[in-house]
Amino acid sequence: MSTAAETHDDHHDGHQDPYHLAHHFDTPQQQFDAGKLGIWLFLTTEILLFSGLFCAYAVYRANHPEVFEFAHLYLNKPLGAINTVVLLFSSLTMAWGVRAAQLGQKNLLVGLLALTILCGFGFLGIKFVEYRVKFQNGELWGPHYNPKEMPGAAKDEDDRAKEDRQREAERKKHEEAITVAALTNTVATAPAGYHYDQSKYAPASSDNVDFASISPEWVRQQGSDTKPPGSIAETWHGDPPVNAQLFFSIYFVMTGLHGLHVIAGMICIAWILIRATKGEFGPHYFNPVDFVGLYWHIVDLIWIFLFPLLYLIT
Amino acid sequence: MTAITPDFGRGELLPPLEDNYLTHSRGILSWIFTLDHKRIGVMYLVSVLTAFFAGGVMAMLIRTQLLKSGGLIWPGDAQQHNAFKAYNEVMTLHGALMVFMVLIPGIPGALGNFVLPIMLGAKDVAFPRLNLMSYHLYLWGAAFAVLAIVMGGVDTGWTFYTPYSVKTDFGGVEYMAFGVFILGFSSIFTGLNFIVTIHKLRPPGMTWFRMPLFLWAIYATALIQVLATPVLGITVLFLIFERTMHIGIFDSRYGGDPILFQHFFWFYSHPAVYIMILPAMGIMSEVISTFSRRHIFGYKLIALSSVAIAAIGFLVWGHHMFPNGQSTMIDTIFSFLTMFVAIPSAIKVWNWLATMYHGSIDMKTPMCYACSFLFLFAIGGLTGVFLGTLSVDVHLHDTYFVVAHFHYVMFGGTMIGFLAGIHYWWPKMTGKMYNESLGRLACLGVFIGFNLTFIPQFIMGSNGMPRRYASFDPMYLPYHQLSTIGAYIQFASFLLIAVYLVHSLYSGKKAPVNPWGAATLEWSCCSPPPHDNFKFPPQVGDPYDHDAIVFDERLGGYVRDESIVPELPSNAPHHPLTHEL
Repeated sequence: MSTAAETHDDHHDGHQDPYHLAHHFDTPQQQFDAGKLGIWLFLTTEILLFSGLFCAYAVYRANHPEVFEFAHLYLNKPLGAINTVVLLFSSLTMAWGVRAAQLGQKNLLVGLLALTILCGFGFLGIKFVEYRVKFQNGELWGPHYNPKEMPGAAKDEDDRAKEDRQREAERKKHEEAITVAALTNTVATAPAGYHYDQSKYAPASSDNVDFASISPEWVRQQGSDTKPPGSIAETWHGDPPVNAQLFFSIYFVMTGLHGLHVIAGMICIAWILIRATKGEFGPHYFNPVDFVGLYWHIVDLIWIFLFPLLYLIT
Repeated sequence: MTAITPDFGRGELLPPLEDNYLTHSRGILSWIFTLDHKRIGVMYLVSVLTAFFAGGVMAMLIRTQLLKSGGLIWPGDAQQHNAFKAYNEVMTLHGALMVFMVLIPGIPGALGNFVLPIMLGAKDVAFPRLNLMSYHLYLWGAAFAVLAIVMGGVDTGWTFYTPYSVKTDFGGVEYMAFGVFILGFSSIFTGLNFIVTIHKLRPPGMTWFRMPLFLWAIYATALIQVLATPVLGITVLFLIFERTMHIGIFDSRYGGDPILFQHFFWFYSHPAVYIMILPAMGIMSEVISTFSRRHIFGYKLIALSSVAIAAIGFLVWGHHMFPNGQSTMIDTIFSFLTMFVAIPSAIKVWNWLATMYHGSIDMKTPMCYACSFLFLFAIGGLTGVFLGTLSVDVHLHDTYFVVAHFHYVMFGGTMIGFLAGIHYWWPKMTGKMYNESLGRLACLGVFIGFNLTFIPQFIMGSNGMPRRYASFDPMYLPYHQLSTIGAYIQFASFLLIAVYLVHSLYSGKKAPVNPWGAATLEWSCCSPPPHDNFKFPPQVGDPYDHDAIVFDERLGGYVRDESIVPELPSNAPHHPLTHEL
């Protein structure tokens, strides 16, 4: 990306040439090829940065499938789907923008880049709405996980605190049992409710999911800020699984890091938008538009993977 | 002057230019914001050596503490944990500084930046601005490391293992982790730059198998930098989230798994070992061929073994975690792959030995370091095979045997290679010759001091002395004392190196264009090189063809044999440099 502005080098001959050729390249083609290889390598590093997150996702989903099946019910599928469409559309405008730059259609290029940035704002706006609901309802990670909406009968604060204390006591008891077992070389048995009980948290089969509750009315309500009370209770029967907060850890890190990349992409597009208004791009020189376009597509692509992995689990 | 015959792309007969990269422009800002790869390389060299000095002082503190079984500087016993906090911090900083600020950026950042484009006959790296940004990021990373010390220090060891790194009450962990994150990006951008430069800026005639082997090594290194470092980035980012927001991915209180941290960490940090050692191996190929005055033996095997090491290096990370709760199956696979990586390393060593065989060996300072490398790296590499053996590793895991092993590879390999490279390219970088006798003496001092430091550590490690402890059982006392004496000898030798290198800058003999008789392209460029390196892509020949290069008494350096005239490209009507004289 940085090849673009290297014409102001101290030992360049001074005047701007239409190819923006930096002093250490022999031909514009060589400069373009170098930039293209550079941006593809950079995109590889971006994929690898996210690969750690995808790895964590895979490990925890394999180890705790019930957590993912349960906690993803808190996500707002319609909003996620709308965001997917917004990003896909922005990829279209971006790709079209690259073509406009290659053909020297300055006004079209400026318009398309502006539209792409607008889509970026749209995406972030919708994401903000989703985040706000989660923060309001305590659907958060680690120690902050304290959702208002839980399956089963509605529980008040006191009940939940009591349950927490009870679970903690059971956990301690179990740890002691393990220590004793290790010392006496016997087998420890976990108290009920502590270990993952396969039968208890088995994936919901078609028998116990109440499909009748997923009506068009229900879907429409997803679009609003607040969810109808009891919707999770209707889709999830039985107690919530242990460690459901793990899903929100992964959800917030993945979408948060992706959001940062959207912002970075928008800044890059704004930069080439300004250069486009000055008419710097044309058939001879469109490298930065092409490279920023590739970056924007990778940001889009990562979301294409995030959406089904997080929102569409069952 | 008029008698100079145009000898395009060689320049051996030319007097040094008045205008070189050091004198091209003046002022501190012309250095800080330079886009010239040579200046960036020199700035890297100064920064890396400064970090090396700081890390070295910490090593001295560690060794001095261990002169007494109860601890000499920070005395205490096993019940007084607080007494050892300062030791833990110094031990952590020594590791973190040396790994992230010396070993990883050292050879690629300093020597690679300086030499790579000239070896290619290019004017600069592909992205000069990105190159400068890498260096600035390096400085920011270093600044965060200093901030970490100010904000309460780090006592986790350089590995930042969870859960300890999450719950330690030292406040600097997240700052250090962020520093490592930034240094990682510096490393990624350097690697990206080098890959693109090697792919796209090779001059006509330089095919892949006509590249100097240092470039192959740097290329393999750059591949690892680009493909492994992002994973470290996300890992330390997770660690920061864990400490500041309790995100829970590595925290078993919230359902996370601390072992996952170790997998992520070593997925980067084992290949990082090859980021450190591969460039040093590249230097070995250059130095050994030059000073044996023989064509490198087994060129293709050395070149491809670099890539093989890079590839296999990605698949061995689990050997750091044999006793940490992996399945026996996984342990066995990682053990096998670990031994497998020894094969390409051994291919290199045997090829270097074959190059020296029947060569006319000239024991100049870089060659002294090269011979030390062969000896020390062989020990480091072979003890790695011991540690890769499952049953042996269970006994030796986390003992001083491991400490000695990786110091033999990291110091005996990378740092010795770095020193060989500094001495080899010093005349080219500075235009000055250093004192050869002092150079050899210091090399001997480093070699003796190093072995005295770490051979006792092998013994006490196999006897059960755990690593990272601030105090120890009196039975290990003689080994620790020998080790400390060795460390002092090393430190004194390094001071000697610093003295004669700095001295050479002021009153060293002027360096000829080609003082060693090497055939790679950087030796056909003036010493120090001009700002633009080459006006035209230079003539590319075999980088190890020493037969065509003969010693010239008049110049005190080597020149290309006049009877062997290279073909001139048709677009080179006059000498690229004569019109400037």
